[in-house]
Amino acid sequence: MTTTEGLRPPRTPQTIAEVILSRVSGRDVRAGDLVIVPVSRVMVHDSVIDAVMAGLRDLGRERVWDTSKVCVFVDHAAPAPTPVVADSHRVLREWVREQAIPTFYDAGEGVCHQIMVEEGYCEPGTVIVGSDSHSNSYGAVGAFGAGMGATDVAVALALGRTWLRVPGSIRVDFIGRLRKGVTMKDAIMRVVREIGTDGARYACVEFHGVGDLPQGDRITLAGMTTEMGAKAGIVVGTPEAPAWLRPDPDARYLREVTIDLTTLEPQIAVPPRVDQVVDVSAAVGQPVDIVFLGSCTNGRLVDMQQAANVLRGRRVAPHVRLEVVPSSRRQFELAMQDGTLQALSAAGAVIGSSGCGPCLGRTGGVLAAQEICLSTANRNYKGRMGSPDASIYIGSPYVAAVAALTGVIDDPRPYLEATDEEFDALVARRRGERPERGAASSRSGDRSRELVMASARSGPVAEIDD
Amino acid sequence: MARAWVFGDDLDTDQMVPGRYAPFMVGQDKFHMYAFCDARPGFAKEVRSGDILVGGENFGCGSSREYAVAALKKLGVGAVVAKSFARIFFRNCINLGIPAIESADAVEIVRDGDEVTLDVAAGVLRSSRGTAAVRPLAPFAQEILSAGGVIDYVREHGDFPRV
Repeated sequence: MTTTEGLRPPRTPQTIAEVILSRVSGRDVRAGDLVIVPVSRVMVHDSVIDAVMAGLRDLGRERVWDTSKVCVFVDHAAPAPTPVVADSHRVLREWVREQAIPTFYDAGEGVCHQIMVEEGYCEPGTVIVGSDSHSNSYGAVGAFGAGMGATDVAVALALGRTWLRVPGSIRVDFIGRLRKGVTMKDAIMRVVREIGTDGARYACVEFHGVGDLPQGDRITLAGMTTEMGAKAGIVVGTPEAPAWLRPDPDARYLREVTIDLTTLEPQIAVPPRVDQVVDVSAAVGQPVDIVFLGSCTNGRLVDMQQAANVLRGRRVAPHVRLEVVPSSRRQFELAMQDGTLQALSAAGAVIGSSGCGPCLGRTGGVLAAQEICLSTANRNYKGRMGSPDASIYIGSPYVAAVAALTGVIDDPRPYLEATDEEFDALVARRRGERPERGAASSRSGDRSRELVMASARSGPVAEIDD
Repeated sequence: MARAWVFGDDLDTDQMVPGRYAPFMVGQDKFHMYAFCDARPGFAKEVRSGDILVGGENFGCGSSREYAVAALKKLGVGAVVAKSFARIFFRNCINLGIPAIESADAVEIVRDGDEVTLDVAAGVLRSSRGTAAVRPLAPFAQEILSAGGVIDYVREHGDFPRV
């Protein structure tokens, strides 16, 4: 069928996902259309390499389509915690050498998503396929990043293309300004609370009003769209994005959500669901045994600085451990240079090598049964960080630091405003109120059941491990 | 005729194959025998080739682990019919050659253990209790499925089906 310019119907407005997928597919596409698109990068990490290699072998392809567009990482279980994992890493390194893939980040370099964004591997306005579900993170700079299974990744490595159904979009507008002690982690948890773990299934979450935020905050936003089931999460109007990369003003959305940052409280996700979120005021006094500060969500310099601002010159509470895992070597070294890691170490923190750390329970600082963790990461499913009988609360770096210092969840804001005397009094009071949690204390003091009732949503347990 | 195995909403991949029974933990030749070992003990031994899983909303949510679908494939599961699917699970099914078909009604009219017939061309799932409409798959997905999965399709044709 041919159409002349004059007869063509007026072009309907597009979301940013439709803009990107139209451009890369060379067709004017809308939500629901099936497209085959070139990928600008394929990201592969250590925990799926065996299945990816098997897929390539079954395809009869010896070589990846373009070695310069493949990024390989050893981060999920790194450095290797067991001989079996060590052997899998050895196989991966051999494969990288055989394929002559130049972009390879071995154990200790950091989390794939942090490096993909901060080292500039994510070209705005292009499609990137990643073997990890948090590949949505690349929307921090305006790329359409989508996590896929091993077979999809193998086919993308062979063809340099993938198939997608163009997603509908959910528009999230942030208005107002964050108050001191409240972060974009709290903001995205507030969004997850609103939308739920499956509310953005198949969809793209499009963020407005935050394009000028630091890149790290944008990674926190885009990466956590995975926790709502989203195919992609894209921040509009970032400094990295070219001028054409923006949605039409009157684009149609599946749903629109507005979050007022000015009135936002720190948020806490209650185990075992990421969308069981309460204001911190509801969870004050909830004891913790271990605090994890890290992950692609909150393992950057600014996150460590926020924690150090609370902990500098002080020690973590008795019987409480703090584990800090920078999200990349760059962030690690920045935090060394400015004294942040020194302050955290002096406060009693264990500093882990850059990578995923204990976030997915495969290495470093995993949880024992009955232990209660406050984590700055993105998932709190049963068994996520070790024992299925451990509990994981999720919060911001400020909340994490205060929890490490006092042994309980508390609102960090008063600590940031307090004089030294007031600060010490707050800490002493919370430590004094903390329920006894001995070795055989079972779940004493864990208020998760009560808090689940208080959260906006509840439902069956789901588990996600990568 | 096929037996229907009925599940509810938000069935996650960890219930299909718990992480502790991943192929790299128990071996490529054994992991499928742990399918639904906690959620539906006996499933792996009783399921017959061509049987159909019927579910509610958000079927296959959770981990992207492809071995959950690989286990169903190895056990000969003929199709999965659900109200809706989690994104990565849906892709994994098509990629590995298992029809993943949406139906708003199937889970309402089918009871666990029912004998059912899935007629994709006619767009229906029949049981003794009634007939449920099923949504046709996109031709793109049908072509991949008819080749046995995306690996077989691409090996044979050198590319994806046309969209």
